[in-house]
Amino acid sequence: MSASFTPFVLTFDNKNNGDDMSNASEAPTPDDGLNLTDNENTGPVLAADGTPLKRSLGRALRRQKLRALMLIAPLLIFVLLTFIAPIADMLFRSVENQIVSETLPRTVVALDDWDSTTGELPSEAVYEAAYYDIFIAAERKLHTRLGSRLNYELTGASSLFRKSGRGLDDLGEVYQDQFEDLNEAWEDGETWALLMGSGDWQDKAYAWEKSSGDLAPKLELREGIEELLPKTAAAYSSFANFVRVDDGDNPATEDPWSPVYTAFWQDLTGGATVASYSGPEAELLMEAANAAGGFESTTFSEGFAGIDKDWASTPIWQTIKTYSPKYTSGYFLNSVDMQKTPDGPELRDANERIYGILFKRTMFMSMVITISCIMLGYPVAWILANLPARTANLLMILVLLPFWTSLLVRTSAWKVMLQQQGVINDVLVWLGLVGDGDRLVMINNQFGTIVAMTHILLPFMILPLYSVMQTIPPTYLRAAKSLGATNWTAFWRVYFPQSVPGIGAGSILVFILSIGYYITPEIVGGTTGTFISNRIAYHISSSLNWGLAAALGTILLAVVMILYWAYDKIVGIDNVKLG
Amino acid sequence: MAALTPISRKPMSFVVPVMAAAGAFFGIFVGTANGSTLLGFLIGGVLLAAIAAVIMKMDLPEKPVRWGLIVAFSVLGIFLAGIPSAVLGGLFGWFTGWFAYWLYEGRYRAKIAPYLTPGQVLWHFAFRVICGAIFFFLITPIVVVMPLSFNAESFFTFTPEMLRFDPEGYSLRHYRDFFTSDAWQQALWNSVTIAPMATILSVGFGTLAAIGLSQPHVPFRRAIMAILISPMIVPLIISAAGMYFFYSRIGLQGTYLGVVLAHAALGIPFVIITVTATLVGFDNSLTRAAANMGADPVTTFFRVQMPLILPGVISGGLFAFITSFDEVVVVLFVGSASQKTLPWQMFIGLREQISPTILAVATILVAISICLLTVVEMLRRRSERLRGMSPG
Repeated sequence: MSASFTPFVLTFDNKNNGDDMSNASEAPTPDDGLNLTDNENTGPVLAADGTPLKRSLGRALRRQKLRALMLIAPLLIFVLLTFIAPIADMLFRSVENQIVSETLPRTVVALDDWDSTTGELPSEAVYEAAYYDIFIAAERKLHTRLGSRLNYELTGASSLFRKSGRGLDDLGEVYQDQFEDLNEAWEDGETWALLMGSGDWQDKAYAWEKSSGDLAPKLELREGIEELLPKTAAAYSSFANFVRVDDGDNPATEDPWSPVYTAFWQDLTGGATVASYSGPEAELLMEAANAAGGFESTTFSEGFAGIDKDWASTPIWQTIKTYSPKYTSGYFLNSVDMQKTPDGPELRDANERIYGILFKRTMFMSMVITISCIMLGYPVAWILANLPARTANLLMILVLLPFWTSLLVRTSAWKVMLQQQGVINDVLVWLGLVGDGDRLVMINNQFGTIVAMTHILLPFMILPLYSVMQTIPPTYLRAAKSLGATNWTAFWRVYFPQSVPGIGAGSILVFILSIGYYITPEIVGGTTGTFISNRIAYHISSSLNWGLAAALGTILLAVVMILYWAYDKIVGIDNVKLG
Repeated sequence: MAALTPISRKPMSFVVPVMAAAGAFFGIFVGTANGSTLLGFLIGGVLLAAIAAVIMKMDLPEKPVRWGLIVAFSVLGIFLAGIPSAVLGGLFGWFTGWFAYWLYEGRYRAKIAPYLTPGQVLWHFAFRVICGAIFFFLITPIVVVMPLSFNAESFFTFTPEMLRFDPEGYSLRHYRDFFTSDAWQQALWNSVTIAPMATILSVGFGTLAAIGLSQPHVPFRRAIMAILISPMIVPLIISAAGMYFFYSRIGLQGTYLGVVLAHAALGIPFVIITVTATLVGFDNSLTRAAANMGADPVTTFFRVQMPLILPGVISGGLFAFITSFDEVVVVLFVGSASQKTLPWQMFIGLREQISPTILAVATILVAISICLLTVVEMLRRRSERLRGMSPG
């Protein structure tokens, strides 16, 4: 035996002498002996197959590592896909805000130049961009989604957008009607296709069959039309694209929507040199250009103001501008009771601050639950650890049975116990301790949540405490007493310090579990006994403000992660035991 | 344990006052229930003191006296408030007899170290009473649910008929409700189809990974362990939110597969923890011996390693099963109405229309958990016995 250990000892000496400083900090490994032989011997030790033993061992180690990883890989991939990816998605959603810039691309660009702090309304160009954006969004039924998104930041935005979706159509129809009154040819999609599309595209478009299952051919603009009628070309392109992709129809045969007429009027009155145009429908175009100047018209800003006076005030524009970037800190600011304003983040009005209160309440109640668990769990763990094994095992069942019983069973049990017509009140009334008229209110408040959750989480405190206390020899306590310590001193100075790791482990476990609890507070908590998790669930399923739910969840997750890290430092995650 | 301390009969000056105090304490409750606290206090004290004095003066034999007390107090109970208080009276009679002789014969000192002062003895028993109260707190809610589930009325509380032990106060109607209602049966069926699939997934992947994790050289062991354990640490509401967002993106939200995958992910940490714990005591030279005798790795795994770690795998599987079977937050978000499980149905019942059918379901679930607990406990003992550890 001693012979085989000698190289180890020598290796340490060698390292300390500085022969192999690079490895000096590492723990001894099985091949240290080989390194040593390498250093002082004549040649490398060979394995049975002739390769140097060091390399052969290295290869074996690599193979071992690879095999371990191969065994772990399926599960790791499974957990990454089914669990980690959802969490990452939630983190992403808490800052993601692409809906504004995707739905209102032109408006967002136009608003860039607007200084939102001056209190002036944005320029006509912004209204014009918003007209096209909201019209298209309304056609694609996206404006209500944007409306509800902005409604989280500015109350009333939702109805404003719903109203505008309808109203903007009337704005454009003024021009549409006038062009169509001027010449009926403007009513036909074919006229427009002839004017705007290239001949090549028209041939393909007319040859297209809807039944073929393919999309209609993509619009190619007539050469030079984009320079001549730039706005019309842009409006017609987006119309054609919408008909083609969203409706699955042929743009060449569909009648354009009203913004195309609006854009057309804008182009014609904006000094388009129609005379230079020589393509098809040149006469029709000339006629329109001559008449357009005399059309009844209105500005975009007036049109918007006519739909709703909110468009003629700054808040809605400030909100759009504030939430135009693709990523926002808005949800996080919301979840700490702040809001984005043109002057930067600031606290909400005192009566609108709810999340601060909720976070504080969650922390406070979790703390109370943890402390009650310590108070109740400590004596039980102590008696379990100090009774003879047989009795302790029997009593352990009383701890394990609640642990194994369904959470909902225990929650419903507490509902039965705590109700005003429930078991506890009945017993108290029967004993005459409480009058029948004034039964105690123990449910749908903080008291109910704390009692029920203490009961539900108590096993999570008892089990770690018990496993720590089992390792404390009872003789220490007797020794302390025989040296003259009083009961209290012996407990406080000798026993208690040794049980602190158990208290730490149990407390962190209970605290982590309780700050994320949802079911029990939802059922027995009423309005004053709910946690932040109930608010998260509310935002997911009722208010549909997923971004805010994700931000609140992220904050909660961060708190839990910090506690988890502490738990790992104190107890080590490998030491978690169950049952 | 043999008696540490020689016991002797105690003097009257000790037994009678203690009995009087106990009587006065219980007398308060009986008195309040019947209208006069003070009277109850006095009568209780005097009654028990008298009983103790009579027993000690006349040195009555123990057995007949204790039976007599039980009968006497039951009759007293009937006169006071009918059948329910007769039961309580009987219990109280039993307690009185036991307590009187326990004190009188000095039995209470028998198992305690002889050097303790009276104060310490008092604390010893007070502590036991406190612990008893905590155990009572732990178990009562679960026990109370069971008789209530046989309620003949649709109440969540004991009716006077039930307290009189009138057979008409009891019925199986809530169980009938459970077994005939479509909603509950559908929920039961969903639970029974989702949980085993999720368990198979988590046990299959989890056992392999646990074996991998127990190899001597695993790169990034801590990081991998942290990832695999995370479903247990992350609050359920956060997992539910994340899964809801992500699964709706990829079209798994509201599908059977989505719920199964989500539940499998939640069950994995339990499998990992229990199986790695079993593998800690696994002697690796056994696999080497098997290989040495010509077994290939697959044979070694199934014939040598698997039988030894099977208890860990089964209890991990049971944990995973109960996790899925009990789970409500994630299924609430990831599932749709057609994946409504038993806990979900209970949750709806508790939040909206309260019906005692929930209590019948709860009782059935408690019975199931008792079975599971027994199996896990037996497995744990077997595994410890196999590995040469002392049970318990």
